[in-house]
Amino acid sequence: MFVAPHIEWAALTPVLILLGAAVIGVLVEAFVPRASRRLVQLALSALAVAGALVAVTWRWTVVQSSGPRELVAGALREDGPALLAQAVLLVLSLLALLVIADRSRGEDGFAPTAAAVPGSEYEDQARRAGLAQTEVFPLTMFAVTGMLVFPAAADLLTMFIALEVLSLPLYLLAGLARYRRLLSQEASLKYFLLGAFSSAFFLMGLALLYGYAGSVRLDELAVAVPAMAGMDGLLLAGSALVIVGLLFKVGAVPFHAWTPDVYQGAPTSVTGFMAACTKVAAFAALLRFVYVVTPGLTWDLAPFLWTVAILTMVVGTVLAIVQTDMKRTLAYSSVAHAGFLLLGVIALDERGIGGVIFYLLAYGLATVGSFGLVSLVRTKDADGNVTSEAGHLSEWAGLGRRSPVLAVSFALFLLSFAGIPLTAGFTGKFAVFSAAVAGGAWPLVVVAVLASAAAAFFYVRIIVLMFFTEPPVAEDGSSTTVVRTEGLTAVAVVVCAVGTVLLGVVPSAILAITAQASKFLL
Amino acid sequence: MSLVNYLVLAGILFAIGSAAVLVRRNSIVAFMGVELMLNAANLTLVTFARMHGDLSGQVIAFFVMVVAAAEVVIGLAIIVSIFRTRGSASLDDASLLKS
Repeated sequence: MFVAPHIEWAALTPVLILLGAAVIGVLVEAFVPRASRRLVQLALSALAVAGALVAVTWRWTVVQSSGPRELVAGALREDGPALLAQAVLLVLSLLALLVIADRSRGEDGFAPTAAAVPGSEYEDQARRAGLAQTEVFPLTMFAVTGMLVFPAAADLLTMFIALEVLSLPLYLLAGLARYRRLLSQEASLKYFLLGAFSSAFFLMGLALLYGYAGSVRLDELAVAVPAMAGMDGLLLAGSALVIVGLLFKVGAVPFHAWTPDVYQGAPTSVTGFMAACTKVAAFAALLRFVYVVTPGLTWDLAPFLWTVAILTMVVGTVLAIVQTDMKRTLAYSSVAHAGFLLLGVIALDERGIGGVIFYLLAYGLATVGSFGLVSLVRTKDADGNVTSEAGHLSEWAGLGRRSPVLAVSFALFLLSFAGIPLTAGFTGKFAVFSAAVAGGAWPLVVVAVLASAAAAFFYVRIIVLMFFTEPPVAEDGSSTTVVRTEGLTAVAVVVCAVGTVLLGVVPSAILAITAQASKFLL
Repeated sequence: MSLVNYLVLAGILFAIGSAAVLVRRNSIVAFMGVELMLNAANLTLVTFARMHGDLSGQVIAFFVMVVAAAEVVIGLAIIVSIFRTRGSASLDDASLLKS
């Protein structure tokens, strides 16, 4: 007999607000005149994310008073880690949304029409007519919706659907850059093929775990893990495949091949959004899977996870040092950060959960801020036309003298990436590393500290480049310039910078909150 | 016939699919490899549903079909736009981003 599930609508408000905004955003594309479309889309998206943030805060107070519980017949969990990850996600996506929406010299960072062949007459006409691809906003909202469900998913099917809902819009967003469109389309193709490949692995893992336990609910899997001896093959292969699918999304070595290409080719504002928010969502889901399902498998999975963590930290750091492109450097730095974050996952210690979420907030603020700044530094050719972003590191030389504010805030974000004390990055690293020590993973912490020290080298090298190097004289007369914008990016960067400093100087308030959220509801 | 045969078949399909993604140079064929992997997972799910006498595996297979359809929409849009730009769907040509 069919029993209708009881659905707790109140607890679903954050997701419903964002999904509603995304669907309305699609209608706005159809019915609102072109002139006012961008403003309407921006207002709708920003209000939706802010509203969802308020709703998450409200649910947090409810959970604090009446305890965590399961929603929608066990498809979702409303508990501390989920709500905290959602709050971090919404803060970061609000900031990233400002960067995405910003326009410099009347142009946003996206192609006038993505359907036009690059360099064609049609594209020229679209550019002259001032068309704008405002579908970016609903696509972003759909992606944020998926990210919001991802950390709360309590069965593997919900997790899979959320994974697809967050990935599919990102594949498209990666291909929409205004300049260097061939690179952007290529990034989109690579991201799509590897993303689809990894979700197929996730799905096969889901199928094997279903075969093992007869259920895809995480709590029933957790019960079944110690209960069934003799079917270890299914269980181990299934867990490993699911974890591989999630590691693809966080960009851990050896599943990181897409990261540098996609980060470089995608529109810079989208790169910031995807680097910060996808990591939060994927790590929150990874934490839930590892902490809820696999504690009974520690001995079997530890060699695999330890190898991945060490490879990720070392390869990310070493390859970041040899890069010559700013976005690729930041991409490999994000790979290294994924390795540091994995320490908190492997720790299997309660403090690890709060530590990872704090680290994600610190890393996300610095990421959104730094990619926002990268989108402002452009190449100016000999005729004075401002075109694409100044990608090559040498083009950043001497920026500190011409744009001191930009250079100082970029330096601040780099110091936070490096984990220098009094920045958020230091507090985050400390929280994650101490949890890993408590969890008995001290050899990993030694590697992590060494990798951090090596990583500090290339962050400081960029700072030296900006402040103490003469700008190069290019043969073709091109130079580097910083464009003026409408100010949205400036707001986002200032908020990120203030957050980075505050989390480094007075982290205790946020640390107290993350410490409260260190228990998953089984 | 033993149900295990279906699992073996699913394993073979999954292997063929992943080999196609890794080896084939045409992006459409690589994409078909991904679809084959998803269908292998579906076959596994349905077989296990039969073994456990439980319907949820079959229901999940329907969800996967919907997701696969959505993925086709996105994927073909990306591949077609690249094809119109370059006149080729080869993955070897898409190598402007150095690795």
